[in-house]
Amino acid sequence: MKSFIEYIASILKGLWTLLVGMKVTAKYFFTPWNHVTQQYPENRDSLVMFERFRGEVIMPHTENNEHLCTGCGICEINCPNGSIEIISKSILTPEGKKKRIIDQHIYHLGMCTLCNLCVKACPTGAIVMGQKFEHAVWDRALLTKVLNQPGSKIAEGVKE
Amino acid sequence: MSEIREVIINNDRLATDEYLVNMGPQHPSTHGVLRLLVRLEGEKVLNVQPHTGYIHSGIEKMCEAITYPQIIHLTDRMDYLSAHMNNEAVALCVEKALQVEVPDRVKYIRTIMDELSRLASHQLWWCVFGMDMGALTTFFYGLRDREKILDIFEETCGARMTVSYNTPGGLMFDIHPNFQKRVKEFITYFRTKLPEYDKLLSGNVILRERAEGIGHLSLKDAIDFGVTGPSGRASGFSCDMRKHQPYSAYPLVKFKEILDDRCDTLARYEVRILEMYESLSIIEQLIDNIPEGDYAVKMKGVLKLPEGEFYQRVESARGEFGVYIVSDGKKNPYRVKFRSPGFSNMFALNKMAKGHKIADLVAIMSTLDLIIPDIDR
Repeated sequence: MKSFIEYIASILKGLWTLLVGMKVTAKYFFTPWNHVTQQYPENRDSLVMFERFRGEVIMPHTENNEHLCTGCGICEINCPNGSIEIISKSILTPEGKKKRIIDQHIYHLGMCTLCNLCVKACPTGAIVMGQKFEHAVWDRALLTKVLNQPGSKIAEGVKE
Repeated sequence: MSEIREVIINNDRLATDEYLVNMGPQHPSTHGVLRLLVRLEGEKVLNVQPHTGYIHSGIEKMCEAITYPQIIHLTDRMDYLSAHMNNEAVALCVEKALQVEVPDRVKYIRTIMDELSRLASHQLWWCVFGMDMGALTTFFYGLRDREKILDIFEETCGARMTVSYNTPGGLMFDIHPNFQKRVKEFITYFRTKLPEYDKLLSGNVILRERAEGIGHLSLKDAIDFGVTGPSGRASGFSCDMRKHQPYSAYPLVKFKEILDDRCDTLARYEVRILEMYESLSIIEQLIDNIPEGDYAVKMKGVLKLPEGEFYQRVESARGEFGVYIVSDGKKNPYRVKFRSPGFSNMFALNKMAKGHKIADLVAIMSTLDLIIPDIDR
C-alpha cells in the first residue's frame, strides 16, 4: 500500500514539474507582443547595423572622386589570406619625378574573413569596413571587386 | 565498410544480434560532422568509436605561414563559441614571449568578454541540450537570451561570433561607449531569466529521469582522459585554469569553482547552470571598475618572437585550451599546437556510454558540449 502511494505521489510530482515548465511557456504564449522576433526581410529599410559591424571592406570616395589610398601595399601584407591585391602604376608628377600610385585595389570578398587587420594597418585610413551584409550573388566572379572607382585620384595632402 | 572489414580481420567477430551503426557524420545530435561508429546489441551500446577529421581545416599548419597577429583570426574559427578565449590564449602567449605587460584596462575588458562568451556558450549548450532531449522550446528561449550577448559583441567588436577582438598587446578597439550600460542591462535581464531555465528544464521530471545516473565518469577516468572544463568538474576534477593559473583579471575577482561529485549527466548539467551564475557575478564585480587607460600597448609593426617554446593555457567554455608556440626567431612561428578541450573530452565518450541505451548516448554526448571544428582543427 505504501509503495502504491509513493507511486501515485511520484506521478503527481512529475506532473507538477511539467506544469511548472508549462506555466513559463504559457506566459509567453499569452503575452507575445513583448517577445516577437525581428521581422528581418520586411524591416530592411529601418534596419540599422552597429557602426563597427564588419560587412565588407570599402574605400570611401569624396564627391570629387578622390580617395586616400597611396598604394603602399600594407593592407596586402597584413591580409592573412590574400584577399587584397594592389596593382600600382608609375606616373610622372608635374615636377618631372616618377611616382608610384594605385592603379587597382582588388578585393576578393569571397576569400575575406573580415578580421579587420587591413583596416587597422592602413596608415592613411583609406579603407574602412562597410555595413552591407547581403552579399549573395549568382556569379562568383562578382565577389571580386575593384575598390577604387574608375578615374579616381588620390586626395590632396595625403602623406605618403 | 572498411570498419566492418577491420572488425572481421581483427577476428573480433560481431555476434549475431550485434550491429555496427554509423552515427553521423550528418547526424543532427552530433552538432556537426562527427562520426561515431557505435556497436550495438539491440538498443544497448557496447562500444563507441569516434572518427574525426571530416572538417579538418589544417589550422595548425596554416599558422606556420602567417604572422602572429594573423593567427588570431584563425582561432576564432576553431571553437567558434568561445572565440574570445581562444583569441586571448594566443595573445597572452605572444605577450608572454615578448614580455609585454598589458594595461589593467585591457585585462578587465578581456575578462568581461571571456565571461560573456562563456555565458553565450553555456546558453547555447543549454538550448541544444534541451533539443537533444526532445524539448524544442528551450532552443528558442536560450537563443533569445544569447542574442543580447551577441549584440554586445557586435557593437564593441564588430562581429557576432568571429570576433577577433584581442590582438597581441591589447585589443582591436576600445570598448564602445554603450558597452557598460548594455552589459548591466543584460545582467539584470538575465538574472530574471535564469530561474526560468530551471523551471523549464532543470526540474523537469523527464530530464531528471533521463539524466540521473546516466553516463558515469569517475574522477580517475576524468583525469586519465584529460576531461576538463565543466564536464571534468562534474566528476570532481578541480581543473579550472581561472583558479589554478589565473590570467588577466581573474586574480582580482572572487568566484567559486563549481565542483560536483555525482559524475553523471545531471551533474554536468547543473555545473554549467551554476557556472552561469558565477559568470554573472564575475562580470558584476568588474563592469563598474574598468580602469581608465590605453586599450593596447604600442607594438612593433612586425612581431618576432625570441627563439624558444611558449605555452599558455586558458579556461575556455569547454575546458582547458592551450596554445603551444615554437619560435625560431622569425616573424612566422615554426610550429603551433593547440590543445583543444573538445578532443580530449570526446574520447571519454566510450567510457561513459558503454552499457547505456542509444538514446542516452545522445544525452551524454550533449553534456560533453562538443564543438567539431575545435576537435578537427
